[in-house]
Amino acid sequence: MRGKTLLLCVLVSVTLPFLPLMLWSVADKWYYPALFPQAFGTRAWFYVFTTAGSQILDGLFTSFGLALTTTAASLLLGVPAGRALGLYDFPGKKLTMLFLTLPIIVPPLSVSMGLHLWFIRLELAETFFGVVLIHLTFCLPYTIFVIRGVFSNYNPDFEAQARSLGASPLTVIFRVMFPVILPGIIVAALFSFLLSWSQYLSTLIIGGGKMLTLPILLFSLIGSGDRPVAGAVSLVFILPAFLALLGSAHYLGRTGLKGIR
Amino acid sequence: MSGPGRKASLHQLAYLLGPALTIILLLFGGGLLLGLFQALDFSSATGMKSITFDHFRTVFTDPDFAGSIALTLYISLTSTLLAALISVVLALTIAHWAANNRILNFILQIPLTVPHLVIAISFLLLLSPGGIFSRFFSFFGMITSPSTFPLLVNDDYGISILVVYVWKEIPFITFMLLSVLKNLGPELSEVGATLNGSRLQRFRYITLPIIGPSLGAACLIVFAFTFGAFEVPYLLGKTYPVSLPVWAYKNYSDIDLLARPEGIAIGLIIAAIITVSITLSQVLIQFARKRGVIL
Repeated sequence: MRGKTLLLCVLVSVTLPFLPLMLWSVADKWYYPALFPQAFGTRAWFYVFTTAGSQILDGLFTSFGLALTTTAASLLLGVPAGRALGLYDFPGKKLTMLFLTLPIIVPPLSVSMGLHLWFIRLELAETFFGVVLIHLTFCLPYTIFVIRGVFSNYNPDFEAQARSLGASPLTVIFRVMFPVILPGIIVAALFSFLLSWSQYLSTLIIGGGKMLTLPILLFSLIGSGDRPVAGAVSLVFILPAFLALLGSAHYLGRTGLKGIR
Repeated sequence: MSGPGRKASLHQLAYLLGPALTIILLLFGGGLLLGLFQALDFSSATGMKSITFDHFRTVFTDPDFAGSIALTLYISLTSTLLAALISVVLALTIAHWAANNRILNFILQIPLTVPHLVIAISFLLLLSPGGIFSRFFSFFGMITSPSTFPLLVNDDYGISILVVYVWKEIPFITFMLLSVLKNLGPELSEVGATLNGSRLQRFRYITLPIIGPSLGAACLIVFAFTFGAFEVPYLLGKTYPVSLPVWAYKNYSDIDLLARPEGIAIGLIIAAIITVSITLSQVLIQFARKRGVIL
């Protein structure tokens, strides 16, 4: 019984912030002090899908493209580094670990402002690649952090056995190592994706208003004060991350997204 | 948690670590260093010969600096502390059945996937003078107009900012604690009870030392994040004084390009405060552990 009450408490606290977004997104007329909208309508959703449809769709594409590219790059660089830090002992290991994970605590703001001028000179500012690079600065350390944890419980003797049976290096990577570390890779990928997906200020500074991701569109919408549209776009914004969580729930299992921000 | 202690050749290590180290060194280290150059006016325009502390001096002597730093510290310390307290209670309460309850696990993971920006918007819709809470109290006749509803958004105490951070960070800290607690059976606590330890004593001498390191790490990450984050205080904070990150970006994006190095200087001051306070807290913890103040 106490468990049910607690579950209910948690459920209410977690779902409460979604309520105003959903209600406002379908409200046509909602004047103070009415507790519920006086008239429901699809104006906001109509706006999102038709009037501003191409802009929102572009935003979705840009955000997705950035997040997926950043995640792929993070894994490509982070898995080898995580393996080195988790599996081997070498002089300066602690210092290397500290340096590689330092961007987790230093805010993107400080780094983006410093890099901006340099990126302008290298013609990386206002480009897709430039924004991927600034996102990577913060996604890569999280990936390394997660993958290192996976490799500290990994037994590389299986790789030696596979090799002695004549497996090529690529076969060893994809048929032996990969299946073992897959759960860790999924957690790390989710980490990177969500972090890049929700970046605002670093995208704005380096993207210079050319990379219109969903957070940037959403920010300009709040300024305009259209609550129903802001509610609808907010829901569009959280849906992919929510689906990613649902899709990976099976892999995450009992460990969950521990450590994710 | 060190690895099994396997050895690798230097060649192998360079191969594995090289690319990641290069990226972080260039982008992160380079970003901070180039920022410092700009904040010190050390550039090819001045012949790479002179530096000036003028921009830092301008920031430090600005009458708004003290207020801004106090507000930022207040927001990050209060939200970290509140989130930590609630998380400890929550984690200890649900620890024994969270491990096998997929629904509870899933619900608790939802806030982790929602961007801060969206939560800031939804609490704006909930807590503003014309928001849903205000309507609720008005509906039951407890207030007469939006102006009689207590100011919770853009207010002196940053209430809505704290609410957003606490809502976002509780699941984060709770999961960090649960990962430690799930390996911990009831045995130790039972021993404590057999020895006539009160609930408080059992928490102080058994549970706290076990969850301590994870709790500390989680709190440091939350503190660092809330100290350097821009969106939430920008949307829900007062116009004066503003938090340090908001102040930094306002200067950086100013039409007056001369304010830009000051913005960068504030950004570096934020990074320095976070790094110094985290290092200090680590040193203090080490010291306290040696003196036996904490286990």
